[in-house]
Amino acid sequence: MNAMTKSAAELRRAARNHILAPRLESPFHDRLMALSEVNDWYNWAGYKAPHALFDGELEYFAIRSTAALFDISPMVKYRIAGPDAERYLNRLTLRDVRKLGVNRVHYTAWCDDHGHVLDDGTLFRLGKNEFRLCCQERHLPWLLDSAFGFAVDIHEETEEIAGLALQGPTSYAVLRDAGFAGVEQLKPFHIGAFPHEDGDVTISRTGFTGDLGYELFVPRARALSLWDRVWRAGAPHTIRAIGYGALNQARIEAGFIVANTDFVTAEGALRADRVRMPDEIGLDWLVDPDKPNFNGRRAILDARRNQSLKHILVGLEIEGNIPAEHAIVYHRQKHEAGLVTAAIWSPTAKRNIAIASLERPYGSKFTEDLWVEIYAMRELKYQKLMKRAKIVPRPFVRLARRTASPPGLT
Amino acid sequence: MTSFDAIVIGAGHNGLAAATRLARGGRRVLVLEAANEPGGATRGREFAPGFRSAGLAHLVNRLDADVARDIGLDLAGADTLLPTTVLDGSGKAAVLHGAYGERIDGVSPGEADAFAALRRKLVFQAGILKRFLRRPPPQIGALSLGDLSTFAATGFGLIRKGRGEGRDFLRMLLMNVADVADEYLSDDRLKGLLAFDATLGIHLGPRSPTSLLGLYYRLTGEVAGKAGGQFVPAGGMARVAPAFLRAAEKAGVTLRCGTSVGRILADRGRASGVVLGDGTEIVAPVIVSAIHPQTTFLRLVDPAESGTGFVRSVKNVRSHGNVAKLDLALDRIPNFTGLPAEARGGRIVLVRSMEQVEEAFNPAKYGEFSSDPVMEVTLPSLADPSLAPSGGCTVSALVQYAPYRLKAGWESGKPAFLRIVLDTLERHAPGLGKSVVAASLMTPVDIETEYNLPGGHWHHGELQADQLLVNRPTGAASGYRTPIEGLYLASAGAHPGGGISGLPGWNAARHILSGASA
Amino acid sequence: MQKYDALIVGGGHNGLVAACYLQRSGLNVAVLEKNGWVGGAATSRELTPGFLYSNCSYVCSLFRPEIMRDLELPKHGLQVIAYEGGAVFTRDGDYLASYRDHDSHRREFARYSKRDAEAYERYARDVTRQCRFIQPLLMRTAPDPFGFRPRDLSEFLYLARKFGEFSPQEMAETLRFWTMSISDFLDEYFETDVIKAYLALSGIIGTALGPMSPGTAYVLLHHYMGEVDGSVGAWGYARGGMGAVTQALARSFEASGGTIRTDAEVSKILTRGGRTTGVVLANGDEVSARLVVSNADVKRTFLKLVDEDTLPGDFVHRVRHFKMRGSSGKVNIALDSLPAFPALPEGSSCIRGDMHFTDSIERMERAYDDWKAGRWSADPFLDMVIPTTLDPTMASPGKHFMSCFVQYCPPKLQGRDWTDADRDAFAETVIGQIADYSPGFRERIVHMEVRTPREIENEVGLTEGNIFQGELTFDQLLFNRPVPGYAQYRSPISGLYMCGSSTHPGGGVMGAPGRNAAAEILRDLKRSPEQMSKAHDVI
Repeated sequence: MNAMTKSAAELRRAARNHILAPRLESPFHDRLMALSEVNDWYNWAGYKAPHALFDGELEYFAIRSTAALFDISPMVKYRIAGPDAERYLNRLTLRDVRKLGVNRVHYTAWCDDHGHVLDDGTLFRLGKNEFRLCCQERHLPWLLDSAFGFAVDIHEETEEIAGLALQGPTSYAVLRDAGFAGVEQLKPFHIGAFPHEDGDVTISRTGFTGDLGYELFVPRARALSLWDRVWRAGAPHTIRAIGYGALNQARIEAGFIVANTDFVTAEGALRADRVRMPDEIGLDWLVDPDKPNFNGRRAILDARRNQSLKHILVGLEIEGNIPAEHAIVYHRQKHEAGLVTAAIWSPTAKRNIAIASLERPYGSKFTEDLWVEIYAMRELKYQKLMKRAKIVPRPFVRLARRTASPPGLT
Repeated sequence: MTSFDAIVIGAGHNGLAAATRLARGGRRVLVLEAANEPGGATRGREFAPGFRSAGLAHLVNRLDADVARDIGLDLAGADTLLPTTVLDGSGKAAVLHGAYGERIDGVSPGEADAFAALRRKLVFQAGILKRFLRRPPPQIGALSLGDLSTFAATGFGLIRKGRGEGRDFLRMLLMNVADVADEYLSDDRLKGLLAFDATLGIHLGPRSPTSLLGLYYRLTGEVAGKAGGQFVPAGGMARVAPAFLRAAEKAGVTLRCGTSVGRILADRGRASGVVLGDGTEIVAPVIVSAIHPQTTFLRLVDPAESGTGFVRSVKNVRSHGNVAKLDLALDRIPNFTGLPAEARGGRIVLVRSMEQVEEAFNPAKYGEFSSDPVMEVTLPSLADPSLAPSGGCTVSALVQYAPYRLKAGWESGKPAFLRIVLDTLERHAPGLGKSVVAASLMTPVDIETEYNLPGGHWHHGELQADQLLVNRPTGAASGYRTPIEGLYLASAGAHPGGGISGLPGWNAARHILSGASA
Repeated sequence: MQKYDALIVGGGHNGLVAACYLQRSGLNVAVLEKNGWVGGAATSRELTPGFLYSNCSYVCSLFRPEIMRDLELPKHGLQVIAYEGGAVFTRDGDYLASYRDHDSHRREFARYSKRDAEAYERYARDVTRQCRFIQPLLMRTAPDPFGFRPRDLSEFLYLARKFGEFSPQEMAETLRFWTMSISDFLDEYFETDVIKAYLALSGIIGTALGPMSPGTAYVLLHHYMGEVDGSVGAWGYARGGMGAVTQALARSFEASGGTIRTDAEVSKILTRGGRTTGVVLANGDEVSARLVVSNADVKRTFLKLVDEDTLPGDFVHRVRHFKMRGSSGKVNIALDSLPAFPALPEGSSCIRGDMHFTDSIERMERAYDDWKAGRWSADPFLDMVIPTTLDPTMASPGKHFMSCFVQYCPPKLQGRDWTDADRDAFAETVIGQIADYSPGFRERIVHMEVRTPREIENEVGLTEGNIFQGELTFDQLLFNRPVPGYAQYRSPISGLYMCGSSTHPGGGVMGAPGRNAAAEILRDLKRSPEQMSKAHDVI
């Protein structure tokens, strides 16, 4: 006992130096640093992460035209394992985890008791009783408290596991040439383990771009060699490393939402009216009322039955080409209907697109005659534009190559 | 096989009160009790050959008259109020007669007047609070007409007495008992008594803010229509459980003892029945849990059926008992120095001062027992000679503070604490030690085991301001309904709290019968 | 004999705030201060050559920004330097630091527990929610539940509306929060002792309660309600010591034409026919005025300065039973060099924040048990800051002023008065604790000032040395502070008002009581207050 305590205290003391590097560096930091031409970093969950590496606008084209390498190591990762892991996750999350096969991934979300979304993320089923949950925010207390009564072990592994997203039309070609034999077998949302050095790398056909793409996870110690392996193979396929700016454009085109950007997470919300139910942020399709009980079930179904849902998330297409970021949405140009949470001029769709959170009945009953008021700052002057907006389905960009199986080479 | 409209888990007084009310409301009710007899914490036991203890409680001080009448409880003796004697070791007793000292012997006339003034005030204020006890806690955010009328009545009740009393009520409500006692009284024995009564069974010391609530709670209890009264039923405390049982049987309740519930069946937020320890399933649309809320939600209901936030809040209910129960078998009636003979049948409180209570509380904060404990003592075999062999006597004492989680562990702690308690008794009743035939000290851990009370807490959760009303036992399960449709709470862990009042059970049953949404 | 419209008894920060607002509204106001300087418990004094001491209050976090702006305090020299951070040293030679940077803060907590590190988010959110609810109440007069006047009713409606913005769960949570002990509250979030001890300290500072006493979660709020330039919960140093706050107030007051008289102790507040007519000074001078505003605490005001016979008996009774309960002492130290704390990494920012040595709730609570027994804590809780690490004006380069706020320290020692020998022994307890963590500390000491409740009462006039002019327990908050029915700054004597921390919203260098009192006085005079901003919005 005493020896145990002592070693814990020693470990703790050894960790004191964290303050000398207030921003964590990702396992790929050395490579990113070497590639960074513009030194444009931002803080992603405590990590120093590139906003852009050479040119935010040009980096986007790597995603849509060749292959883009994006460091997703700062994503929060939890390993959930144990005989009750499936039952545990089924109570925790909205979708039916029983339907998630081994070596499959699904996108899901989880709520508090009041049906308010705590976060969304991807759930990887690595084995019958073994899962990895990837998400934006930190949830360890919630995950641990949810484990009461379940034989399950929860381990936060963000710093231990490095992650890379390889996205774009030539991403398959890159992996093939990097020697990941059999990677062509991976269909969307499939996972495979491939040898790398003296261990494995987990590759899934997933991504946040709506394009053909893969995500690679590897223990920290093998991170740099993985990067190098992919990077070398990628050279002939015009691989580029990218920052978040480019990724963000692609994700908006793909219609994906980001926690605490497009909605406020329930544990983060200070103001009682800022929380959202799945149906209020376009995640109603995740809710499975037929599966066993899950957190928030009753509240969500009550809200549906009582029609007490207050918000709705919609895709908008806006006239003109000025991005409408954080613009107010109006009905008939006068009644405030909501707020644009993300907007870009889509280089691929050649449309002015946006994701907006509207207050019902706008967006649910009143879907016509919507407008956005854009404040475009031009040379120290706001140019106010009132532009017509139309509700359109998401994704804004739908690419056949994303789901093509076997994947194409270009 | 008979089918039931409702299953009540636990045949303690609250379970039986709930079952009886439901049965009288036309429901077919099954009560399941794990022990071999009903009664819960009022269940008696033989603690030494020929000597019996009548259970955890040794007095009745808050049996609700409406409940008793409504469920047809037949318990004689409630018209005889028992005195409380405070012994400080000096040999000079202060004796409170009637309902909480309507008349006092052994104190100066000035002090008696001061006590009377304080008593009047506290009884008035407790009377205001009492309105909230006989109904579900007001649902803030969605106040019902009944809630509003209770609030209105409270307001009028206050105004009727004038602004001064109203203001005093709002000022005193969350005060500590020590400051109030200091303001009115000077006799250490009386102050010590108030301090003891305010904190008995609660993890607070007299100086802890809000500790006055414990005294209010006591004074919301009535005996023979008088606030703060106490009695022992004719024939002793052992008559309590059978009286509740008779009432239930008369109302047509089916009782199965020796039948433990292993699980409460629930699927996607709706309870449908129970699974017994032997695997038998019994279905019913209404399940009333008259056992500890933590047992209910952490052991009987599959956690998957509750929300994480709810489980978290249930786990956060503070429910660690602080009182040890001592049963002594003596070969003669003990002689407490200064105790008038006519007060022997009443309650004896061994306390010197508020400071003593406060100092006894200090170690309990750190998981240590008091080396100079305070206690209340009764001699149960005087009212019920069947508890002891002829010539013998039983002593029952509630001793605090004895924390559930003793740092050193109760295995070694118990003999040491028993010695301290016996020494204390010996000081007050010289010769008592030599007359001890057997001693049984139940620590909160023993109480937990004997009565299936998690934490050994007879209130099923601390009776403190933050665990009352809409937060009893926890926000989402207050007002008897729970997040699981068809499952209701009816034990002391529900509003208004513990003590033999029958109110949590009765209120829960009325709530169910009213058809209010789950 | 001089004549003023209003006299302020005591030149503490609240007295000066009230004085400023009244003077600016056209009244002719004089502040009467017993000491040779103004400032009350917010002073900077050169107690030894070359060192400026913030010898009572030592951090500036609660002072309302609305008041700073209204009274143009920056123009008159007030500058607040924010600090965030600090450390609790643990007995095993490590420490728990607090960092302003969110992620560093999380990683620091994660050294002890990953769970606690992530739980801090929810904790901070929940506490902030409570702060946001209570903050608007600071700058409002508490309604009288039994006043039955339209203003009281509309104020209650306002409060009900505020409360109504909560969801039912939040309402239940709020009721819980207000009545919980900080220890129980923290147990619901955290598992690590030192983390709980660090977060609990704001629940006990200034109060005669332990972290396990119900109601201390509210006291925590009282300390968190402050903000430095819009950053809620931030703490700061006043540049030039806490006296800079009151000096700026004094200059602002004088600039608007007000009169300050120092060495002018008020010995009696005069009344005739239920009205005040002025005061008598200790030297026998009479100063008359229609209005007298007492910055002294409620006990001093009504039990010492006002003739008891002129007051209703039940009022006097309530004042007598108003709980002061000094619980803290202060050791102020001039140092010839910056003390070393070997546990801290080289160049650590922690030394510029507040430092503590109490690494468990149990130690904190045991320190309180000593107070209850009428002793100073054998293992006291210290809130230690070295303002000179950020403020170059208080000592010459390389020299430092250190302020140690010490809890617990009773006003009387088991019923008897403090002696000088007691005071020295008390100081030794404090110095001993610091020296355990800072080798060579004693050798750095140039000068030291030790203040027990006795010294605080004698110099500043705070009864029993209570820094909040009265305990912050429920029975002494809002409409109960200081006396039910007299919680709106008025007293039973017409023309006599209270403006000290004995009134709502209570202690701390906040200024709100002074401002609110001025607002009520002007209301009685049927004058609209000039330049009195509304409370800042909380959106």
